[in-house]
Amino acid sequence: MDRREFIGGAAALTGSLAMAKPALAQSAELSFFYPVAVGGPITKLIDAYAAGFEKENPTIKVKPIYAGTYQETIVKALTAHKSGTPPVLSVLLSTDMFTLIDEEAIVPFDPFIKSEDDKKWLSSFFPGFMANSQTGGKTWGIPFQRSTVVLYWNKELFKEAGLDPEKPPKTWAEQLEFAQKLTKRDAAGNVTQWGIQIPSSGFPYWLFQGLTTQAGAILANAAGDKTDYANPGVVEALQYWVDLSQKHKVHPPGIVEWGTTPRDFFEKKVAMMWTTTGNLTNVRTNAKFPFGVAVLPAGKKPGSPTGGGNFYLSKKASPAEQEAAFKFVRWITTPERAAQWSADTGYVAVTPAAYETEAMKKYVADFPQALVARDQLPTAVAELSTHENQRVTKALNDGLQAALTGTKQPQKAMEDAQAEAERILKSYR
Amino acid sequence: MNNRATATIHGWLLLLPAMACLALFTHWPAVASFIDSFMSTPRARRPARFVGLDNYEQMLADPIFWKAMANNLWFALGTIPTSIALALLMAVWVNDRIAGRTLVRMAYFTPTILPMIAVANIWLFFFTPQYGLLEQIVGAFGGRSTNWLGSQDTALYAVIIVAIWKEAGFFMIFYLAALQAIPPSLGEAAAIEGASRWTFFRRVQFPLLMPTTLFVLINAVINAFRMVDHIFVMTRGGPDNATTLLLFYIYQVGFGFWDTAYAAALTCVLLALLALVAFVQYGWLERRTHYQ
Repeated sequence: MDRREFIGGAAALTGSLAMAKPALAQSAELSFFYPVAVGGPITKLIDAYAAGFEKENPTIKVKPIYAGTYQETIVKALTAHKSGTPPVLSVLLSTDMFTLIDEEAIVPFDPFIKSEDDKKWLSSFFPGFMANSQTGGKTWGIPFQRSTVVLYWNKELFKEAGLDPEKPPKTWAEQLEFAQKLTKRDAAGNVTQWGIQIPSSGFPYWLFQGLTTQAGAILANAAGDKTDYANPGVVEALQYWVDLSQKHKVHPPGIVEWGTTPRDFFEKKVAMMWTTTGNLTNVRTNAKFPFGVAVLPAGKKPGSPTGGGNFYLSKKASPAEQEAAFKFVRWITTPERAAQWSADTGYVAVTPAAYETEAMKKYVADFPQALVARDQLPTAVAELSTHENQRVTKALNDGLQAALTGTKQPQKAMEDAQAEAERILKSYR
Repeated sequence: MNNRATATIHGWLLLLPAMACLALFTHWPAVASFIDSFMSTPRARRPARFVGLDNYEQMLADPIFWKAMANNLWFALGTIPTSIALALLMAVWVNDRIAGRTLVRMAYFTPTILPMIAVANIWLFFFTPQYGLLEQIVGAFGGRSTNWLGSQDTALYAVIIVAIWKEAGFFMIFYLAALQAIPPSLGEAAAIEGASRWTFFRRVQFPLLMPTTLFVLINAVINAFRMVDHIFVMTRGGPDNATTLLLFYIYQVGFGFWDTAYAAALTCVLLALLALVAFVQYGWLERRTHYQ
């Protein structure tokens, strides 16, 4: 049975390779890999954009290819790069910038910025998003589907607990105090409703970066070759998170699953949750109660990491293809389209100008929660990104999970993570 | 050309397509991995060069590798005996003439035909704290709430249970086929002799099932090292590598970290391990197996 499956797979593979070849032979064709990371009809939206662009630019044919999750998309894009025929344009995590540069898979956008108009366009993005898109004085990525972490709260449960339903926690102390009031226990002492939930499966470092930023620590330098995991601020941030569950018992113990956290919120098993702005549309559709969205509470200061995906240009594409891709990127990031994309998905619109458009004004008049992410951007920091990003990040993830499951003290966990990161990054300095 | 030579050429020609595919997609990659495991990972400006045993030394010093090995050992010990025993039990049970036999057989076999990713998503819900199925059952009996996948003490057991649930039905089919191949006259003879049900199973059925057991055992061992799909959905190796299995780690190193040379070295260890197990099973167990 195995062999038959295997031959079938091989046949399918050769088939798809054969199909891909003639497509790339035409120089005006623009292949474009993109991932889907949130709910909603993303593929339909992208196809509509491609069709709209083709109508205005009949010489260029856009071929969007849905490539799975972010992780699957970069695996496919890099494999294609190594075998010689990568997509001309891809949307990949902004944090993959250093990895893509090290693999020599991408080219900077700077050579395409020629006119004054181009320069104006490049400086039109939120600076918070550009921090993850530029290094060494060059722009390697253009923000597209970007997000930040925000706090969602259930107004109904706030009222039940005697809290003002219109007032989210503003500080760490308030967050803890509210969570204590919002945690409910039954007669046997089992918790029936948690005060707060910060997901910690898969990529805990991203949400944790909210806490570290608030504690005044920066996890990595801008050159991406040095981390600061053992900084006292980082340890303090982790201690706060661990205490929420182990000391104060207002946060579920162990690892909290990222994927089911919105569902926990809908089921009223948790009163406040931290998650991406990309979930905004999802929560709006599924929450059967009034909810609020707020910037994350401040520790020493407010703050959150940015997240999400950028456009990247393939190094192996021909100059004509790169030029066509650049044209498409400029087209899709115009304020009107950025606004529409934001309204359709919940992602943050990437330019301030997008918030001045009619479409956006209409959207936020109806749904003011959509403005919160933008309001948080001035205090947002670049998402953790280094050379050998996945490996360096995993060191931190492992340390966080060890501390949250109680097998290591926060101090020790962060020291171990820093030692591992140091070992990996030494050769890049 | 004589007939014999023609037949030989025919034979080889018929074998050729399958051989070519096997060589291209199985044998060559294995050899290439072996060679790559002695090279450094090629980077854009640093092509691969010979580094001898560096990758293997790195492996010996890598705590996550040892963790993955230990996890895989527990995963194998947890899944293999239980799933085989369950499969045998279910097969004997649905081999009897009971009411609704077809329905029960189908029910037992259902987990096998479901894709692992779908299965993992279903179980993700079962294990969800507070309102998951398991929690509701435990809660109904007044038990304490447990974060099955989110605690280092229970996460590995949780993924073991999913693997057993998925595999037992598959192995049952083999046992069921083998049971039906046992001549009814043996059962009648045992009944005349007054043998109890247990004696009949232990002295007649079980020995006659040995070839199937060997086959199932080999499959179970291979699967214990091959089944990682549900890890991607349920835990992604966490918390803190508590559910990282060897193959999952290889994928992570190869396609997450792009450290292809180290991934090749890990692959070689996995291959060597499987070869050793297969060798022991065929060399030693087969001699003790009774074929009809």
